[in-house]
Amino acid sequence: MEKIVDVKNLKKAFNSFMAVDDVSFEIGKGEILGLLGPNGAGKTTIIHILLGLTIPTSGEIRIFDMDLAGNRREILNYINFSSSYVSMPMSLTVKENLRIFAMLYGIKNSAEKIEELLHAFEIYDLRDKLVRKLSSGQVTRVCLAKALLNDPKLLLLDEPTASLDPDMADKTRKLLKRFRDERGLTILYTSHNMREMEEMSDRIVFLDKGKVIATGRPEDVVKGFEKKNLEEVFIKVAREGTV
Amino acid sequence: MKIHRIQAIFLRQTYLYKRSLPRLMGILYWPVLDLVLWGFITVYLNKYKADLPAFVSFFLGALILWDLLFRAQQGISISFLEDMWSRNLLNIFVSPISVGEYILSLMLVSIVKITLTATVSVTLAWLLYSFNIFLIGVSLIPFVLNLLLLGWAIGIFTTALILRFGQQAEILAWGIAFLFQPVSAVFYPVSVLPYPIQVVAMGVPSSYVFEGMRTVVSGGGFPLRELAWALSLNLLYLFCATAFFYRVFNTVRIKGLLGKIGE
Repeated sequence: MEKIVDVKNLKKAFNSFMAVDDVSFEIGKGEILGLLGPNGAGKTTIIHILLGLTIPTSGEIRIFDMDLAGNRREILNYINFSSSYVSMPMSLTVKENLRIFAMLYGIKNSAEKIEELLHAFEIYDLRDKLVRKLSSGQVTRVCLAKALLNDPKLLLLDEPTASLDPDMADKTRKLLKRFRDERGLTILYTSHNMREMEEMSDRIVFLDKGKVIATGRPEDVVKGFEKKNLEEVFIKVAREGTV
Repeated sequence: MKIHRIQAIFLRQTYLYKRSLPRLMGILYWPVLDLVLWGFITVYLNKYKADLPAFVSFFLGALILWDLLFRAQQGISISFLEDMWSRNLLNIFVSPISVGEYILSLMLVSIVKITLTATVSVTLAWLLYSFNIFLIGVSLIPFVLNLLLLGWAIGIFTTALILRFGQQAEILAWGIAFLFQPVSAVFYPVSVLPYPIQVVAMGVPSSYVFEGMRTVVSGGGFPLRELAWALSLNLLYLFCATAFFYRVFNTVRIKGLLGKIGE
């Protein structure tokens, strides 16, 4: 399988605190990799490093077979990101926001692309509404639409469904899987919803205190911990520390 | 450098002001208030001290020009804050935009802001006090350009500090330009300052602009020397501020602060 992301011996220290400690993983084309672990495990730090927002202390990162450190802006053309912790300018309408991001990414057929995504995320009727007037779930869908504007080859999602109701979260997961199947989209995904992680991820990387403590298919990781499901594994790790 | 990315950030700011009366008022309210207050003070001074130089020309000209500098600075730092307040900075910095493109787009925003401010101030000064700033003549263009450059340099420096220290440094966006005001000799000549402060003023580009303006108003000819000094110092300030911004941006990435800005 073609490698989209190749992370080797990644370390990130904030003074004496080791946020990411010798983490290595790969993501193949069209794969959905779930990054999970308790709060402070290093998930968001890894995503920020992959986006070039944070510079690692050491380690090697190759994305699309290019070194991230030397080709950040080139790589960012083919990546996108969404997080429940990020919003959009509130005083702009949904369409205005998407138009701006389409311009930022230099999208040629932006009007069509925006329309397609507005329909896909069921926010077409909200297109002329100010973001300020949307519910948090609706803002999340606008952010997800923005994240797909540039037809990314790699999508980094940090708890993307955190503010969605179960129905919309389910629709969003199905939509992301559809994008993966149709376009070969590669996704790195974090969530605290373990059922979601089991449903979405082809493989997971389980982190605790910055270290990888387990990796593999969700069912194999569950077996390895001799538990019934990922949620039980998560609770065990969170309460008892690294196993 | 891609034009579409510069246009995108510019458009984002334009949309913001298009439907926000409070934001538009923010650009116009203080200049108008300053103009009314200082205008009447100068009218009063002219009435009772008729033998002194043309106060209206000095004060109102200085006031309008100072506001241009202040708005140029705010065009950079407030625009950055708008993205910080709306938790949008990450969306911008995970796109392929470069720091240079981002700064350049904010400079464009500041040009629009000062054009608005200048239009209102100049019109009001003419309507209320019959003061025509264009009487300063062609010197006005290099004066304004120099103040714009200094405003940008201060704006970029302030934004770098906000980037590094987050919301606690927000206040700098409103206050830092005023640190330059006493040594810029906006309303009085440099010669009235105590000698040590005069030395400081010699290192501040705006002091040459305002000295130059006074020379023109009192019929002393085109202040080429002052403008040369102002331009040289401004280019140095702008270079240092931009280098400082790049350095801070790198530090912020090392410290992992970019994702935390605005929290």
